[in-house]
Amino acid sequence: MSLTQDTFAFVADVVRRRSAIQLEAGKEYLVESRLLPLARDAGHAGVDAYIRDVRAARREADLVEIVEALTTNETSWFRDNTPFSALRTHVVPTLRAERPVLDTLRVWSAACSTGQEPYSLAMTLSDVLGPGARFDITATDLSEHVLAQARSGRYSQLEINRGLPAPMLVRYFQRNGHDWQIADELRRTITFQKHNLLDAPPAGPFDLVFLRNVLIYFDLETKRSILSRVHRVLRPGGFLVLGAAETTIGVDGDWERVPVERGSVYRPVKPGAVPTPRAAPGAVTGTVPAVPSPAFPATTRPSFARPATTLPTTRPRPTSPAGPAFEQGVTR
Amino acid sequence: MRALVIDDSRTMRRIVAGALEELGFTTLQAGDGQQALDVLEQEGEVDLACIDWNMPVMDGLTFVTRVRANPEWRNITLMMVTTESEHGQIVRALAAGAHEYLIKPFTPDAIRDKLDLLGLIPAEEPV
Repeated sequence: MSLTQDTFAFVADVVRRRSAIQLEAGKEYLVESRLLPLARDAGHAGVDAYIRDVRAARREADLVEIVEALTTNETSWFRDNTPFSALRTHVVPTLRAERPVLDTLRVWSAACSTGQEPYSLAMTLSDVLGPGARFDITATDLSEHVLAQARSGRYSQLEINRGLPAPMLVRYFQRNGHDWQIADELRRTITFQKHNLLDAPPAGPFDLVFLRNVLIYFDLETKRSILSRVHRVLRPGGFLVLGAAETTIGVDGDWERVPVERGSVYRPVKPGAVPTPRAAPGAVTGTVPAVPSPAFPATTRPSFARPATTLPTTRPRPTSPAGPAFEQGVTR
Repeated sequence: MRALVIDDSRTMRRIVAGALEELGFTTLQAGDGQQALDVLEQEGEVDLACIDWNMPVMDGLTFVTRVRANPEWRNITLMMVTTESEHGQIVRALAAGAHEYLIKPFTPDAIRDKLDLLGLIPAEEPV
């Protein structure tokens, strides 16, 4: 059974107004498959009847559930792998080299879903920064439902199977019944909070922002405004990591691509540098401050600064969590 | 690329081999660890072995140990594919030389994710 045009238009409008995500014609199958479980829970055989009921009842909770059902995506550990190996091989070494004092590394994992991305970041940073590593991760999502699971740090066997390297599993997880529970030492590094990318960003400044597989859902203007908000909370010299199929090129000229492996890694164009010619004609420019907003002065956050000489030396590590070399972390 | 699928269940061999073939592998099969060693002797090195733990004649852990003891087979990537899911067993398999560990049941996507980690999936060009 396919949806009526009326149902689809209503759902698309709710989702667009609340999340700015565009559900274009042709996405009827997505609406139907994501909303059918909600319809059945509410005692309806199909989505059309469910939506008629929702429109009559005008309950806020229904609308929240609908938006969550359509904006929540499946996620895996170390998704795409490349961004995480780029952290080891390029991002962290560059931040260390350019910063005389590397205090707490601050990371924003945007649209973190059920938490696999921020936990993967925490595992990678623990590993690459070594003992005494200081970092904190702000992980945000639109959906309270996924944040609740993310905070719990508890995952089913099927979820664990999705891309979590076995050496990381044995190092950071314990069995808990049929599930696996992530170590408190990792949970403590992450603050989960509800956040809509259309609103003011979480308090920066950040050294690194992961914003992956999100921009693809938005129209050009919304992409620009999200990127400009990210720009505001990223430190000069910080890094932005997008999804493999995403780019700032043709969207926002205030970023330059960092050629690292095959990752979508970007840095803000340095203040005073010639703007990149790759911006699309008509791109909005001049509205984005070239330095982080003074609303978040670096001095207002707790400092864990220490001289660079006391940083642990980087241990030789494989460039990706794969292959025989990775076994060195296994037997501990 | 070539993969060896080792499992005493023919159905499970078919499922794993099917998922690997979807990803572009050619596959060989063996019903236990000893048969798998024989296949390697005859057919030469493979890129990947997917190994069940509990099998008659020679179990998967013994197979892993035997492969890792032979320098000629050092380039074979070894992935356990098993219902054994205790923390300590995963540690044992990794210590014996397995590179990855996939717990049954799994989805075909899970095989793909693991092979991606192991660098056994061809790179996709950014769009």
